[in-house]
Amino acid sequence: MTDKKSHPSLLGATLAIVQKDLAAEFRSRELFSAMLVFSLLVIIIFNFALELDIEVRRTVAAGVLWTTFAFAGTLGLNRSMAVEKDRGCMDGLLLAPVDRSAIFFGKAISNLVFMLVVEAIVLPVYAVLYNEMRIFQPAFLGVVLLGSIGYIGVGTLLSTMSVQTRMREVLLPILLFPITIPVLLAAVKASGGLIAGADLSEVMTPVTLLIFYDVVFTALPYMIFDSVVEE
Amino acid sequence: MQSKPIALTILDVVSIVVLGISTYLALVFAPTEAVMGDVQRVFYFHIGTAWVGLLGFVVAAVAGIVYLVTKDLKWDRFEVAAVEVSTMFFFLTIVLGSIWARPAWNTWWTWDPRLTTAAITELIYIAYFMLRQGIDDPEKRARFGAVYTLLGGLSAPITFMVIRLFRTIHPVVIGSQSAEAQGGFSMSSDMKVAFFFALFAFTIIFVDLMWHRIRLGALQEKVEQLKLKMSN
Amino acid sequence: MIEVRKLVKRFGLKSVLRGLDFTVQPGEFVALLGPNGAGKTTFLRILASLSRPSLGEVRVAGYFLPKQAAEVRARLGVVSHMPLLYPDLTAEENLRFYARMYGLAEQSARVTEVLEMVGLEKRRSDLVRTFSRGMQQRLAIGRAVIHDPEVMLFDEPYTGLDQDASEMLDEVLKSVAARGRTVVMTSHDLARAEDLATRFDILSRGVIAASTTQAALQDTNLLAYYKQALAD
Repeated sequence: MTDKKSHPSLLGATLAIVQKDLAAEFRSRELFSAMLVFSLLVIIIFNFALELDIEVRRTVAAGVLWTTFAFAGTLGLNRSMAVEKDRGCMDGLLLAPVDRSAIFFGKAISNLVFMLVVEAIVLPVYAVLYNEMRIFQPAFLGVVLLGSIGYIGVGTLLSTMSVQTRMREVLLPILLFPITIPVLLAAVKASGGLIAGADLSEVMTPVTLLIFYDVVFTALPYMIFDSVVEE
Repeated sequence: MQSKPIALTILDVVSIVVLGISTYLALVFAPTEAVMGDVQRVFYFHIGTAWVGLLGFVVAAVAGIVYLVTKDLKWDRFEVAAVEVSTMFFFLTIVLGSIWARPAWNTWWTWDPRLTTAAITELIYIAYFMLRQGIDDPEKRARFGAVYTLLGGLSAPITFMVIRLFRTIHPVVIGSQSAEAQGGFSMSSDMKVAFFFALFAFTIIFVDLMWHRIRLGALQEKVEQLKLKMSN
Repeated sequence: MIEVRKLVKRFGLKSVLRGLDFTVQPGEFVALLGPNGAGKTTFLRILASLSRPSLGEVRVAGYFLPKQAAEVRARLGVVSHMPLLYPDLTAEENLRFYARMYGLAEQSARVTEVLEMVGLEKRRSDLVRTFSRGMQQRLAIGRAVIHDPEVMLFDEPYTGLDQDASEMLDEVLKSVAARGRTVVMTSHDLARAEDLATRFDILSRGVIAASTTQAALQDTNLLAYYKQALAD
């Protein structure tokens, strides 16, 4: 009766969740296509709403891109968590003898991958549409990565909460945006500077704040994830 | 039914008295500021309400942490009280600030770090109330509420730091002044009396309101309990 | 195998379980019966380590909940009315995923073995979204036994199944899930429960109101006993 049962390692369980999410998404492409089509539509709307001529474009490009990513991000986060909730799969994950942080990291990493893949398509499209080749410098891509990490860290925690409330999908942006304003603004400031031709050293202040935010808002959800999944 | 504690009644009276004195100090006692004139008098209450808003904000985040550790619903009531008081006082701060900003900056609103952070904090509070609204189980409501105040408590200061990267015109009356600020002034000793008394008065009012709100929460729970007893 | 003493579960002020005592010997198959709102699902969620007891002692397979939850989880299988399966993965991928989540060695062999047990080896590469409700439920049983648990919990496993599917599920529950294991099941279907279980406990108003065994029930039928117990 007290024979030793095997338990998966934290890394093993995290990877299992990530692979499961990627395999399911690779097959249905529901979440991914929704995020991508939505992003492209937003950029088209911005183009006409802001009359993006060459002068304006330089100054608002970073804002347009991050607004697009933020909205597309909530779509992805909602969908990714609804998949777990709808058929009781979240209970399935919780029933497994794994540390709860494996569930947080697993979901966060899959969400991050979805977001990065969408960004990897949207950015070149934007670059081609507006002839904005400064997007392809390593520093700019690094800022995109840092911004996405912070956004997804909080987003994964909050979508786990919002999916358990009566308002579900509607609530996520309302909860998420005020908390992620620092990461979005710092990302806009840093990437906007880089598009305008600044050096990495000139945008170090917002980049430092981004890193600081990423560390705090990855560590905190990791520590309190228990509180949002266990009754 | 427990009756209102005498100490609370005394505190009510003290609150009204200090508010009266503070009003007198701000409107009559303090000298008129040379450049801005009488509208500067709004500053004393502006600082007082902002201080209470900030106090409530910190208390709420701390109460959230204590709730997550102890799981005692008493701390949830504490947290809700602090959030409600803070919401109200940040709102007053913004309104009073706008009244002052119109003549001083020639605009009701500007996207300064303090103003923007106060506005975003209000939005965090609104989101907090919507989150609580959507959950039926009181224990889960308390848990999620505590998590959210904690996230807000960490994010708002970073918001402030980030927005500071964009330019500011808000004056810093205490501490070092940035070169671009407009509408700053240095306080005379009589102004300082009115200033510090306003801080003191609003702290008393904060404690009084918190006490009332927590007591209200406890009474609400009692009503629920009695209702349950009746239906069984 | 399962020992519960003075279990209390409160949601806010409302007590759902009120000092419940419950013991299951190894190899017993206990059916938990009771009206809606009696606390059956709440109780099962506590046994499954998904919900924390407010008060009292819960021991499953020799380990305490919620302290040793990971040990309990490794020895526990749950079949609920929801399949807990991912529709965009194949049957095999679903099982393989859970095999990894339980840290099993030789996953491929175990997955094949389980697919054969629940009679789905021919559909192993089909997406779960193409399965009928009954097939999904069979796969759900496969998922629940993948780590060869000592204790099984069935929470209304027949919900949403037609007559044929229910009969097929009966077979799988008996031959695969229950064989040699300790089982607790909640159900509204008294006839099915009578068929499967060796003991019947009636949960009413948060406690076990009555208990009988199949042997003791011989001449009366379960429905009559159930009505009698609730009337008392």
